[in-house]
This record gives sequence, C-alpha cells and structure tokens, in this order.
Amino acid sequence: MAGQVFAYIKYKEGVADDTALELVSAAHKIFPDAPVTAIVTGSGAHLDAVCNEMTASYNEVWKFDNEALAYPNAEAIRILLLNSLPQDAVLLVPHDTFGMDLSPGLAVKLDSAFISDAVDFEGRQGDTLKVVRQEYSGQVSTHVTSDISAGAVINVRPGVFQPDESKSAQGQVVDKSADAGDLAVGRQFLEIVEAEVGDVDITKEDILVSVGRGIEDQDNIEIAEELAKAVGGVVSCSRPIVDAKWLEKSRQVGTSGQTVKPKVYLALGISGSFQHLGGLKGNPFIVAVNKNPKAPIFQVADVGVVDDLLDFVPVLTEKIQEG
Amino acid sequence: MEILVCVKRVPDTAENEIEVNSNGTDIERDDLVYSVNEWDNYAVEEAIQIVDKVGGSVTVVSVGDEESEEVVRREMAMGANHGILLSDDAFEGSDGKGIATLIKAVVDKGNYDLIFTGTQADDGAGQIGGMLAAMLDVPYASIVNYIEVLDDKKLKVGREIEGGNQEMNEIELPCVLSIQTGINEPRYVGIRGIRKVASAEIPVWGASDLGIASESVGEAGANVKLVDYFVPELGEGAEILEGSHEEIADKLIELLKAKGGIK
Repeated sequence: MAGQVFAYIKYKEGVADDTALELVSAAHKIFPDAPVTAIVTGSGAHLDAVCNEMTASYNEVWKFDNEALAYPNAEAIRILLLNSLPQDAVLLVPHDTFGMDLSPGLAVKLDSAFISDAVDFEGRQGDTLKVVRQEYSGQVSTHVTSDISAGAVINVRPGVFQPDESKSAQGQVVDKSADAGDLAVGRQFLEIVEAEVGDVDITKEDILVSVGRGIEDQDNIEIAEELAKAVGGVVSCSRPIVDAKWLEKSRQVGTSGQTVKPKVYLALGISGSFQHLGGLKGNPFIVAVNKNPKAPIFQVADVGVVDDLLDFVPVLTEKIQEG
Repeated sequence: MEILVCVKRVPDTAENEIEVNSNGTDIERDDLVYSVNEWDNYAVEEAIQIVDKVGGSVTVVSVGDEESEEVVRREMAMGANHGILLSDDAFEGSDGKGIATLIKAVVDKGNYDLIFTGTQADDGAGQIGGMLAAMLDVPYASIVNYIEVLDDKKLKVGREIEGGNQEMNEIELPCVLSIQTGINEPRYVGIRGIRKVASAEIPVWGASDLGIASESVGEAGANVKLVDYFVPELGEGAEILEGSHEEIADKLIELLKAKGGIK
C-alpha cells in the first residue's frame, strides 16, 4: 500500500498558485477521500499567509520556514523533502519550471517511481497506478502504469484538474522547519531577470494573429502582418518563432512567454502544445488554421480551417481588404 | 572543459503527422522522418561553443540501435569530438531511470566536468538530466537558456521560468544541465561536414562494457511501463469550415465580424 499523500504548494507574493487546489483534486482522483498534506516552504509573512490559506483545503499543512528558502531553489527543497518525507510518500508537484527542476532527482533520491506531466489518472489496481500522458505535443496520448508501493513523485500538468469547491477541510498547520536539515547546495540563486518589454504589448490587444512553425520561413511573417493590419490586430507567435529569432520574445504567447487575454485569437500554423495554450486566457474566440487535421489546436479552437496557412491566409486577407 | 551531451533520435514532428497504429501498441512508424531531438541539438551547439572558448572536448552519447549512430555522427559533423553509442537488447524498454542509469555508467567511465541533456524530447518526459544529477550527486539546473563559464569551478546559468523571465544561478562544477531551445543558433550541417566524419569511429557499448546488470535496465528494470497509445475522444472540438478558399474566407469573415475579430 502506497504511503501518505502530499502536495507541494507553489505561491507568489503570499498568494497560492492555482495548482494548489488542482493538486487536491488530482490526489483524490488517485486516492478518493484520502487525507492530503500540503507542503509549503519559504520564509516570513508570505509563508504564513499561504499556510493559513491552505488549511481550508488540506487536512494538514506542513510549514518549512527557513531563510535559505526565501527563493524556491529546487536543489535545496529536494534535500528538505528527502529529509522530511516518509520514504513511501506519494508527492504531487505541479509540472512547471519548478517541478521539472525538482522532481526527477527527488524520485531517484527517494527510490520512488517518477511520473512526469500526468494529465489524468485512471484508477489503481493494488499498487499499480494507471496514468494518462501525452506525447508529440499532444498529438497522441498514452496510458502508462507504475508501481507506487515504494512511493512516487508525480508531476501533474497545471490546469487539467479542476478545484473541487464542494470539498473543504479544517486543516492544521504543523511547523516542520526543524526537520529540513542542512540545506547547503551547489547551486545558488542570484536574481530574476525580467522579460524585456517589446514595441507592442500583446497582453493588451483584443485581436491577435498568432503564427507558429507552419509559417515555415521568416519572409512569410509578412503574410500574418498583412492579416493583422486588415483585421486591426497585432502579430504574436509561438515558441519556435522566437527560437528561430524571427520575432521578439515579447511577442511569444505561452507559459514561457506572455499570458494574453484577447477577444479573438487567430492561430496560424500553431499545433497547440499545452505550454502555448497555457498562455491563452479569458476564453477567446479561437480560429485555427493548420494543415495537420490532428493538431491539438483543433480541440480547443471554435472554428478550424484544415489547410496550409500560406495558401489560405492571403485569400482571407484580400477578402477582408475588399471589405 | 570536458563535456558530455546526451542526444536522442526522435520522429521529427515538424515533418510528420503522428498517428496511432491499428492495435494501439505504438505510433505508426512507417514513413516517419527521424532526426536528432531539437533540444539536444541546441545542447550540442552550446557545448561546442563553450569548448571553442575555454578548450576541452565534446562527447556525444546516445542510447539506441544502429540508426541512432547516424544521429551521433550528425552531431560529430557539427563539431563534437567524440561519439558513443549505447546499444544492447537488454536496454530495450528502459524507462527514464533505466536510461539515466546507462548514462551514469558512461560518466563513471570518463572524466566529465559538465553534462548536458535536452530539456525534453517530443516522446519523452524531461527527466533524464535530473535523475542523472541525483545519481551522480552533483548539482542540476533545468531549462537552461544562458551559460557563462566563470572559472574552472563554476558557471553562471540562466533558467527559463514562467512569463518569459529568467532565473540566474551560480552552479558548481561538475554539474548536469538540461538545455532549452533558443539558447543559441545551432549551426547548419552540410553534406561536406557529414562526409568528414563518415569514417570516424563510434564505439558501441553494451551492458557488459558498462558493467551494468541487465535486469536493472530495459523492460525488466522499468517501473513506468507503457500500456498503449490512443487518441483521446475529443470534446466539442472546432467547427471545421469547408469549401473553396473563397467560400471558407467568406464564412470566416462573417464569424469574425460577429465576434469582434475585425475592427
């Protein structure tokens, strides 16, 4: 039988991340009705605020207060968890830039199973957990099984589990700071370098004409620019366009770029990876143009055109210009 | 600086539509175009640039069959000095921990200051680097998009975090870093470059060469097991517009006007 269930809580400026409540739902999908313990690390007033917030949703809240944790350095938090978790613990962590940093190594150190980027759980048979994952940017899904009897570290994709408002807990905060141990590590946090502000603020635009890999060539960006001009919007893009240095980083929509909330989003040649869609908020009207009918973008779009954008978009632009 | 870079041969998603085969055991692999995993290619380029600046050598390692040898050779054509292929029937069906165990054995046989993986692969879980660092007991940083060699004991590295921000760290050597796309501009590899390394020797190491017990890797040693591939039942999905380009454009313009998509 797998051990006690934990969730690692991320927060910013004393406010818990959306994933804090999502992980309760994810835990209950694996272990219905099992008590879940929140783990909150940090220092000072922000830490206390989050711990108190979490008592409404978790049966127990483990607080780790340490100045070395003022910034969440995954290298130090891995040691803390190793020193304080029971060896057969099942720990849920958001699959984000922190979870990717922390979890694979933690699973090795705990000699536990590691599940990366889980999008759903389909029950347990004894200690064998059945998990849904995605491959190839979400073009196909897989079932994987894992024996979690010796414990598990499970990274859960943000945004896929909905918080369950009907469930509440009157949890207690337990100060576990003394269990953290020596947190000296070989990687020191220096500073955060904020993203550069570009010539256009795509977070404030109502209409975005967004281009992805399907644009194929830097010269073709012009096709998107002309459409953007015709509809009165601006051009944004997905990550490969920035990697190729065809557009500024400030134009990138996604978890590693900007979070936008337009009214209308035209996704041209964008496959629709979860990292990209993670930057798209406010339920916009989404139009997808992609020559691959299996592209995940068609699952979330309102309207789709299965075609090469290089053929279709110039026709659309011309029709709009004709008015 | 002695640098080891882990690379993987994967189906190129820019070139292929990925589909599930008829019995769901795998993706349809006939006619797939394969290439080096995109993240790994950035990692090799970064390693070459570091060695160009401070000296040393770059070794590329891959786990796979003889087809993976082509990927190793391609990265040598880019400028990596050495290549190693890890190949053995016993390695088939390895999970992430199995692969990390194999790479650890390679590290133990060498003398590396720095080890790179790609941040993730299209068919992977983004786990090898973190697992390897834990097995080696060295520091780790993931999603690295900036590296500066400070001296022979430490690096300054930038990690890409949410919102387009960058988290700067100082990290001690030896260490493991997972490299993010966009960190550099990988050089083009032409036919001539490939030809130059056509006869370069790439040793193939199996379980006994690595001193690894067969049952600790491969399917026998795997905790995480693949059951099947499937395409999820879609929710509503998009309304697909059909007709000629002109007809589709007319319909779309109507919809856009109704939704405030044309000013």
